[in-house]
This record gives sequence, C-alpha cells and structure tokens, in this order.
Amino acid sequence: MAAGDRAPDTARARLAVAGARAGTAATLGRTDRGERARGLIFLALLVLAVTFALTGLGALLVWAGIEGAPRLSLELFTAGPSSLSPETAGYRTAILGTLYVIGGVILLIVPIGVGAAIYLEEYADRRHWWNRFVELNVQNLAGVPSIVYGILGLAFIVRGPASFGFVAAAGSATLALLVLPTVILASREAIRAVPSSVREGALALGATQWQTIRRQVLPAAIPGVLTGVILAVARAIGEAAPLLLVGAVTFVTVDPSFFEGGYSTLPVQIFNYATRPQEVFQVLAAAGVIVMLVVLLAMNSFAIWLRNRYERQFS
Amino acid sequence: MRKLLVPAVFVALAIGVAACGGDDNDSNAAGNAGSGGSSLSGTIRIDGSSTVAPLSEPAAELFMQENPGVTVTVGTSGTGGGFEKFCAGETDISDASREIKEEEAAACKSSGIAYEEVSVANDALTVVVNPQNPVECMTVEQVAQVWGPKSKVSSWSDIDGLEDAPDAELDLYGPGTDSGTFDYFTDAINGEEGAQRTDYNNVGEDDNSTVTGVSGSEGGMGYFGYSFFVENQDSLKALEIDGGDGCVAPTAENTQDGSYTPLGRQLFVYPSDQALQRPEVLAFIEFYIENASAIAEQAGFIGLTDEQVTEAQEKVAGLAG
Amino acid sequence: MAARDVTAFGPRTGATGSRPRLEAVSPRYGEKVVFALLALCAAISVATTTAIVVSLIVPTVGFFGEVPFADFLFGTDWAPTFADATFGVLPIVAGTITVTFWALLVAVPVGLLTAIYLAEYAPPRVRRTIKPVLEVLEGVPTVAIGLFALYFMRPLLEDVLPFLPWQGPFAVGVAGVAVGLMIVPLVSSVSDDAMRAVPGGLREGAYALGASKMKVAGRVVLPAAISGIVAAVVLAASRAIGETMIVLIAAGSTPTLSGPWELTQSVQTMTAFIGTTATGDIATGTITYDTIFAVGALLFAMTLVMNMLAIRLVRRFREVYE
Repeated sequence: MAAGDRAPDTARARLAVAGARAGTAATLGRTDRGERARGLIFLALLVLAVTFALTGLGALLVWAGIEGAPRLSLELFTAGPSSLSPETAGYRTAILGTLYVIGGVILLIVPIGVGAAIYLEEYADRRHWWNRFVELNVQNLAGVPSIVYGILGLAFIVRGPASFGFVAAAGSATLALLVLPTVILASREAIRAVPSSVREGALALGATQWQTIRRQVLPAAIPGVLTGVILAVARAIGEAAPLLLVGAVTFVTVDPSFFEGGYSTLPVQIFNYATRPQEVFQVLAAAGVIVMLVVLLAMNSFAIWLRNRYERQFS
Repeated sequence: MRKLLVPAVFVALAIGVAACGGDDNDSNAAGNAGSGGSSLSGTIRIDGSSTVAPLSEPAAELFMQENPGVTVTVGTSGTGGGFEKFCAGETDISDASREIKEEEAAACKSSGIAYEEVSVANDALTVVVNPQNPVECMTVEQVAQVWGPKSKVSSWSDIDGLEDAPDAELDLYGPGTDSGTFDYFTDAINGEEGAQRTDYNNVGEDDNSTVTGVSGSEGGMGYFGYSFFVENQDSLKALEIDGGDGCVAPTAENTQDGSYTPLGRQLFVYPSDQALQRPEVLAFIEFYIENASAIAEQAGFIGLTDEQVTEAQEKVAGLAG
Repeated sequence: MAARDVTAFGPRTGATGSRPRLEAVSPRYGEKVVFALLALCAAISVATTTAIVVSLIVPTVGFFGEVPFADFLFGTDWAPTFADATFGVLPIVAGTITVTFWALLVAVPVGLLTAIYLAEYAPPRVRRTIKPVLEVLEGVPTVAIGLFALYFMRPLLEDVLPFLPWQGPFAVGVAGVAVGLMIVPLVSSVSDDAMRAVPGGLREGAYALGASKMKVAGRVVLPAAISGIVAAVVLAASRAIGETMIVLIAAGSTPTLSGPWELTQSVQTMTAFIGTTATGDIATGTITYDTIFAVGALLFAMTLVMNMLAIRLVRRFREVYE
C-alpha cells in the first residue's frame, strides 16, 4: 500500500482498527479527565513524599540549630576540647581527626570499590561459583552492623596482621571496610546501566576490554559511582561505635596525624558530651552536630559538583 | 578521567603533607605558655570507663597546662574494654568504675603487667524519685523489695512498712546492665552482682533518660551516679537510705565519712608499673591524686578524704618502686 | 594494531574452514595485570567476610559450649548480664525486626516516590538542589538523629497520637521512623540513578503512544529500573538492620518480646545490645562478653539469608535493554 491510502472499508478492517485502538487505549490510553485527576493526585503524593523527607531533615537541622545556638561561634572550630571550661571548648582536633579519617576512607574506597564493581560487572563470569560467592559476600557485608567492623578492626588492623596501632589510619581502614559494600553496589548499578551498545561499539573498533572500560564505560558510570561514594562518606562520617573500639579517643588536644598518635572524630566527641549530665555539655553536643553538618556539606559539595558536571556531559 | 587525575593527585598530596606536618604543631587547648621550667615530655594513654573520663580529662588538661611537653589522651572504651587494652600493654592507665575482675587480673598477670588500684573520687549512688512523691526515706530491705530479682512489686503501696507511700504504679528506670553502676547497686542492695528484676526501663548508656523518665512519672524511681543528681536537683528528689543506722541523705560529707552506706562507692584509675617508670606518667598520677578532690567536685563527684589521698600516694610510690 | 587478513574476521564459514579469530595480535599482558588487580579488589570483600567470620567464630563456639544452642535460639528471656543469666535471643531479634519493619515502612514509599519525582517530574535545577540536600540527611551523625528522636520526635508523637499506650521516654516505633527517615536518601538516590539509566527511547516511545506521565513513570520506567530499585531497598534494609546508635538512644535497652504493632514499647535490638556491651564495663573473656560474638554471628547469618533471597528476586525480575 502506498502512503496515504486508507484501509479498505470492510467489517474486518473496522474491527481490526477498533481492536487496535482499544488495545492501545487500555494500556497506554490517552489522557481523559479521570486520568488527569489521578495524575494530579499522584503528583501530589510525590510532592508530599519529598516534602516529608525534606521536612524531617529540616526539623532535625532546626532542632540542632536551636539547641546548639548558644554555643555557635568561630571558637567552636578553632579551639580544642576542654572538660574544665566547656564554655570555651571547641572541636578543632575532632574536625581534623574526622577529615583525616574520612580522607583515608575515600582514598581506599574509590579505587577498591570501583575496581571490585568493574570486576563483577565486566570480567566475572557468573557461571563460576566463586564469582557468585563474591557477589553474595558484598551484598551481605552491607548489613553487618558497624560494631562488628569495630571488632574486626581491633583484631586485624590495630593488632594482628596489620598492626597499625591505635592511629587514624586504622580508623580509616576499618571504616573503609564498613562502607565498601555501598560503593560497590552503587557502582555496579551504574556500570550495569551503561548500554552495551557502547561497549560493543568500542570493542568492534578494536579496543581492548580495559580500554573500553576506562574510556567509555567508566566515564558514563561516574555519576552513579559518585552517588555511591557520597552515600558511603555520609555513612562513615557519622560512625562512632566502631571507632571507639578501634582506638578513637574522646579527649585529645594535639592535632592528629595519620600514622601516629591519638585521634578523635566528631561523632565520638558528640556522643561523649551528650551522655554527660551537665547542661553545658548537652548544648556543646548540639553545637557539635552543627559543626558536623558544615564539614559534611563542604565535603559533599565537591562531590556533587563533580557529579553534576559528569551528568551533563553524558546524558 | 584525565581531568580528575590532577585534582585527585593534588588532594592526595595535600593530605599527605598535612599528615606528615601534623606533629609539628602541638597546640594546647588553653595555650598556656606560662608555667615554665617543666622539662617533661611524652605521651600518656588513658582509656576505660566513661564514668571516670569526666575526672581524667580535667586532670589531663590541668597537667598539660603545667607541662606543655606532655600529651595526654583519654578514651572511653568502657571499663572492660579499657582493661583489655591495659593488660595488652596498649594503654598506660586504665579508668575503672569498678574493681578489676578475676579474668582481667589473670590476663594482666599473664602479660606481666603489675598495677595498683588508685582511688580518685568517691561517688554516691543516688536513688531518685519524682519530686511529688511524699516518701523521704527507704531502708535497704525496702529498696531490695522493689529491685530484687524475684520482685513482683508493682505499686508503691505494695512496699512493706513504707510510710506515706503514694498511690501510684512503680515506674522503674535503671542504668545499662553492663555498667559498673548496675554491678555495684545490685551487689549492695540485693547481695549479688547482677541480681535484679528484669521488668524495668533500661536506659542503657544514657542516664539522662532516667532523669526524663522519673521526673515525668509520678511513681517513677531510678538510680544513677551522684553527678546526675547534682545536675538535676530541681526536677528530682533523692531518697535517704537507711543502711541500718538511720536515714542518711546522699551528700558529699555523708559519703566521705562512710555514713551513706551501702551505696557509697569509689572510682579508680589503674596505672601500670611499666608506665610509672616513665617520669611524665609518675608526675601525672601524683598530680592527679593531689588535685583529685578539686577535680571531683568540679565534675560533680565527691572528693577524696585525706586518708584516701595518703593511701593512694603510698600505693603509687610502692608500684613505682 | 596491525592490519590482519580481513577474512579472518568474517562470519563463521565452516566450508572454507577459517574460524574467526577475535583475539588481539599480541598477548596483552597489561590486560592480564588489570584483570588481576580488579580481581584482587573484589577479593578484598571475601577477605573481609573471612576476617569477620574468623573473629566471630572462636568466641561463638566457646559460647555455645556453655549455653545450649536451643536455649539461645528459641528462648524468650534475654538477660545475659544479670546474675541469673538467661540467654534466649528472641526478644532482641524481635526488637531488630520491629525497628526494620517501621524503618522500611517509612523509607520505601517515601524514598521511591521521591525518586520517581526526581527522575521523571522534577525540572533539572530542582533535581540538582533536592538530591544533594536529601543526601545530607544520610550524613547527619546517627548520634544526632537518635537524640532528635528521643527529645523531639517522641514528645511530638505523643501529642499527635495520644491514644497510644506511651510509657517512658523510649519507643521502638519512634526509633524505627527515625531510622527510616535516615535511609530515605539511600532508597531515593540509588533508585533515582536506576530510573534515570532507563533508556530515553522507552519513555519517548510511551509518550508517543499517548501515555500520561504517571503511566510512563509507573508502568514503563519503574519496571525497567526494578533491579536497581530492589538493590536500593535491600541496601536500605541492611542498613536498618545494622543501625546501632539511633536504636540505642531512642529505643532503649529493655529486651522485650513484642510484635511490630506495639510501637510504644521500649525494646533492645541486637545491634544495641552489641553496642552497649562492647563499650560497657563487662570484663572481656567472660561468657557475658562472648554473647556479643554469638549475637553478631546470628545477625550475620540473618542478613546472609535475606541477601540470598534478594539476589534470587533481582535475577528473576531484571530486565535487560539492548
């Protein structure tokens, strides 16, 4: 039939057209009034959900802000901890400790996490049982409570084979193990989402597998990988229990270093202050929460800026 | 990807430089450059009970003000966790809210670490009730009636021989069962460590919740360390305890002269003999004991009596050899 | 790469007998090295699990030498730190399940709906603002969320729902909702990424056929992204199960055998138990201390079973495009 011809006006044709119309209308029907109402309700529901989450966050921030407001000052960032004069105490050593520990965590989880994700998605043959075992492993480790990682870190990283001692590097390694599954899982999803046409095209042009991954797959997967890193860092930065076991102290007045000496982190300090009876410590704890959020925002902004750049480039 | 490489290397370098350069700047909290002449230097590691930490931390601060060359760090892994590290030789001093237990003593013995139990403060375990509650005093037996392991007492009027008992349900709050406070209370009141009824509100680490709970509940009753009562005197009432010689209130004097029994306890630090060989540790412990009373009162605890101070000093001298 | 005889890359030609050789000219040692390195990265996860099992197993075995396995697994009285110690683990298991139930009840709907909004409805600028803001929620220290739940949410909920039997400052429902709030970004961010990865062609095809936005989101994109969404939910559930600090502060430490509907009870979860006992004053090396390892081992086993089921589920529903 040439374009523009109409279908023959037989009963069969009419029936066929009606059937096709009904079929399409049933599954992907055109918008009618009831449909639009439902659509609006759905949208309202969506907005409600987002508002709920944002309100929850907002309430938390406002609450922390109000509780900690009396202590907000630049001193909070520059002064060291003090039990004697909590009115002038600050979180400097804790902030530095957090930055060191988290810096170490990032340095560890990005290469190892992405590497493991690449292996699982691109190289591993699922028919082999050991690859399925690795997969199961990763997923399972995501649910192990953080304190178990603390026990692990104490036995194997602080003492045992690695023997780091009670230093910031040991804290980094312990937390890195804790959040590694998050990075691996998110990266795997990101890599999986890259269409295989991209891979096949590269391979057809003669690229090796690694070249394909490095130049085509990974760049496209970066936004998802960064999401995983952001979530992992957010988790790690808020952990107190495993670090307590691994040697984070609650009182240190000397700026920390990576491989020697005592260190403290913000959540450890905050928890310590929150369980004290004196009111002034409670306020200091709330102020500490604000400090933590500032640090977290600073770290996150960089990663988010990076993610936005890559999203724009490749979508 | 290449664009990421440069900033990433830069960030890594920056962290590296900061890490290595970190130990060059020792900035002390109070920045007190005054007290001169102190040539002590070194690092002292303290770890253990989170109850004793509010004492060790100010001690460390004050000591560091006078001896800027010394670094003291204080951790709170718990009395048990502290002893584990102590007996492995990883810490110099262990904070403890209870006496060292047999298993721990054995561990220290097998690693060749000798120690001494040094008192640094007194504490009065305070039994608190709602301020509206007319009851003023309870005997040890009456407290045991309420808290004993087989106890089924559910309301205030069920307690034998209690005058002015309010007509309210008992609402019990107790500290975490892994804490020294719990051990001491159960031992003193019920005669055996760990012997207590299980149907009560367990507040875990956060004694502040006992405050919230008891002050908000007419029939509320709880127990914790003295410092928590001192901070919350407006919203709670402390019961006087009759340990056989009449009703005694939990005050500093009554604890120090021993009349607040059986709920007066001591808080300890355990230095090791190895650590005491180092001059800075010895100086710190001596400093701690000398200033113990002042530090204790500032932290809400009860200071040492003169006899306790002398005894502590003798122990330290003996251990340091 | 050197030029090769083109026929070598041609289709299989059984007749002419030349099988296609799609291998590189030279043995690519670099590729092998890369493969080894990547496999090593993946192996680290196995090493971690091994280490966890090793550090858990010895004390656990010692524990079961003293406490009968059946008593542990089926007993209903959890009082290991008392003088008259009982080791029935069911109350704290119930606590964990209750908290997880409430957490997922909050996080999955809110997270998914948020993800749908971000992926399908939100204009790019709104998305770029909201998504990172939500991720901040996950970075709030769990200590703070716990205190927030205890001091703000609990009184608020008592005012809003006074007909529930509130008692004392702790409530498992409050802790559960707080945990749920914390993991919303986990569900929403990962699901959002999964949905955005659905090829645009699918959406456009649906729109071209006249589907409404709601239909496209619900019937086309959601099913296509299901593998990522299930991964997000499983991740969130794992996180909820393993959360220590929030439950410790807001749910209390009283082991209670109660169902998920009793949300005003004070309970103790497995993680809270491990948390308090490991940092408390219990002497190491005692049976009481070894309960930490036994409970840890049980937790590990539970999440293992859950994850095995989840992997099966994902594999069944995963749709592959292209």
